[in-house]
Amino acid sequence: MQRLNLKQLAERSQGFAPGHRACAGCAFPSIIRMLLAAGADYDLVIANATGCMEVVTTIMPYSAWPVPWVHNAFENAGATISGIERAYKALLKRGKIKNAKKPVKFVAIGGDGGTYDIGLQALSGAIERGHDFLYVLYDNEGYMNTGIQRSSATPLHAHTTTSPAGTVIPGKQQPRKDLTKIIAMHRPRYAAQGSPAFWNDLVKKFQKGLEVDGPAFVAVLSTCPPGWGTPENMSIELTKLAVETRFWPLYEYEDGYWKVNYKPRKFVPVEEFLKHQGRFKHIMKRPELIKEIQDEIEKNWKELLWLESRKKEEEK
Amino acid sequence: MEKGTFIKMALTGNEAYAYAMKQINPDVVAAYPITPATEIVQIFSKYVANGEVDTEFIPVESEHSALSACVGASVGGARVMTGTSSQGLALMHEIQYIAAGLRLPIVMAVANRTLSAPINIHGDHSDTMGSRDSGWIQIYTENANEAYHSVIMAIKIAETVNLPAMVMLDGFIISHEMEVVNTLPDEEVKKFIGERKPLYNLFDFENPVTVGPLDLQDYYFEHKRQQMEAMFNAKKVILEITKKYNDTFGTDIPAFVEPYRLDDAEYAVVALSSAASTLKEIIDEWREKGEKVGLLRLRITRPFPYEEVKKYLSGIKAVGVMDRAETHSTLGGPMLQEVKAALYDAEKRPKITGFVFGLGGRDFDDEQANTVLSMIKDLKDGKELPLYSFIGVRE
Repeated sequence: MQRLNLKQLAERSQGFAPGHRACAGCAFPSIIRMLLAAGADYDLVIANATGCMEVVTTIMPYSAWPVPWVHNAFENAGATISGIERAYKALLKRGKIKNAKKPVKFVAIGGDGGTYDIGLQALSGAIERGHDFLYVLYDNEGYMNTGIQRSSATPLHAHTTTSPAGTVIPGKQQPRKDLTKIIAMHRPRYAAQGSPAFWNDLVKKFQKGLEVDGPAFVAVLSTCPPGWGTPENMSIELTKLAVETRFWPLYEYEDGYWKVNYKPRKFVPVEEFLKHQGRFKHIMKRPELIKEIQDEIEKNWKELLWLESRKKEEEK
Repeated sequence: MEKGTFIKMALTGNEAYAYAMKQINPDVVAAYPITPATEIVQIFSKYVANGEVDTEFIPVESEHSALSACVGASVGGARVMTGTSSQGLALMHEIQYIAAGLRLPIVMAVANRTLSAPINIHGDHSDTMGSRDSGWIQIYTENANEAYHSVIMAIKIAETVNLPAMVMLDGFIISHEMEVVNTLPDEEVKKFIGERKPLYNLFDFENPVTVGPLDLQDYYFEHKRQQMEAMFNAKKVILEITKKYNDTFGTDIPAFVEPYRLDDAEYAVVALSSAASTLKEIIDEWREKGEKVGLLRLRITRPFPYEEVKKYLSGIKAVGVMDRAETHSTLGGPMLQEVKAALYDAEKRPKITGFVFGLGGRDFDDEQANTVLSMIKDLKDGKELPLYSFIGVRE
């Protein structure tokens, strides 16, 4: 696998056209550029679930996509990419299409609504059947396309329009579902969590996910300024703080083994991540609620380190 | 093959359908089991496992994913088939519209079965009648032999007009009943259907396409208008392909409608699928008694054969329309409403009544058929009848 420097990344990610209608400060265009840069060694076919990304990048008659791209519906990116992958195999086998110049890889992209919630079944089925595809989740922690509603990715106490910070109930009452672990327990060829602030790590994860022959999954935290109530110029910094506070740990799962890719040297309290965000404003003066979020982080981190402690025979 | 010489096989409706699929040897099949269509997928899986077809078979985790994977594969340019029933078709509902809107010639077998609740696995037309507005060509077959030939024709029709097509067989009554099917040799099927010529090549990486973009007020209507044009065009294409099929193989499959003893009929019944067979038997008996009664079987309901309905029923004194489904509108079954609409501007408009029968697989027997004909005769003779009646139900 070629390690890419910033210059190479910039050169390789050409093609995702400007002029798409993503909000200022939205993190996913950066994520897509990194994906396309990582995928430049292949011919990619993309299936995109309904969501912000689909909407803003393909308003008829324009398209920002430099690669074949298909949108079917909200909950079926996993099934759609299954069909595309098998069609390619069938047509190639029967000599109805020519071999592409580069190896062909199949990518499905969905937001957290289309992945954690409504599309989980189709994704689960596609991984179990062993299709050769990389699923990229851009997780902005809510249904942002429909106007900021809670999803099962929305963190504890976050305000959304369907988990509003009220006078009695302070935002969402449940922590988020641990989707990456759920996916890992399907035993795909590769599963990982990444952040656009750690571009080197993220590009490597995309490269690994594309390289394996079989299902792969990469979850990426993606800032949503209108949904999170954050300044447009802080998006990447926030995805860095999410990792530094261990709110969004970077890790990967390969062949049954877990690896935490980044362990912050010093403790950064979760307030450092929360305090910039309007969706947590209502709890900033309620330390007992912040503590609940911190406790959740500690619990998850401990579990992750325990998972990582299981070493391969040769490493013992 | 000499015209009119068939390979006779004893097959159930499901077996006939699966056998046609084997001969078609589609590029991709994605399906999920559901009674009474399960066998189609089962038999086809065996063909795959035994190398009798080299189709890529995707055993998905739901019907929603079955049709979603079919959409993906069809966008990829593959010839794609699936099959389902009832709740499965209902679960596919969302994607049916997408398949049609993206102009994908997917062909689907539907073994007609009623919808829950109450749950019931037997045959009626509630499932596919719920898909009337989804943009699919809808073909209701009368028996296993017709189902077999209809599937092969459906491939050609769908791929000519770039619209999806569903071919129906009555659940259990046809899907599980064995009869002699006049099959064609593999090479004749291959020759007739030819190759699918997709509108674009998704895997042409030099010329990447974006499929399924957001289409707002400024373009959506034009795309829907084009889709509608394809359905208008389908009328002509269906007539041509059916004629070519019958001319080539010596079959006698009607295109949109099958008129039965209608020439001098004073009153008539309209029916779909296997119920038409029962009615034909009873009509023969009534004819022997000197009654001038006939039948019009609707075979294709999307596009709706309004011209044929007008042609055959205009001037007949009384018509009864059979529906094995409800609309819950209190306006009668779906076919009653559509036949009425087609006859509204007929020169000689018949008196019309409707019958809802056979829901949940209730047998449609001779007694019911006799009751239906008697009531239509009464209507002809001036008796007032309700908008529609329920036949064969305990009131």
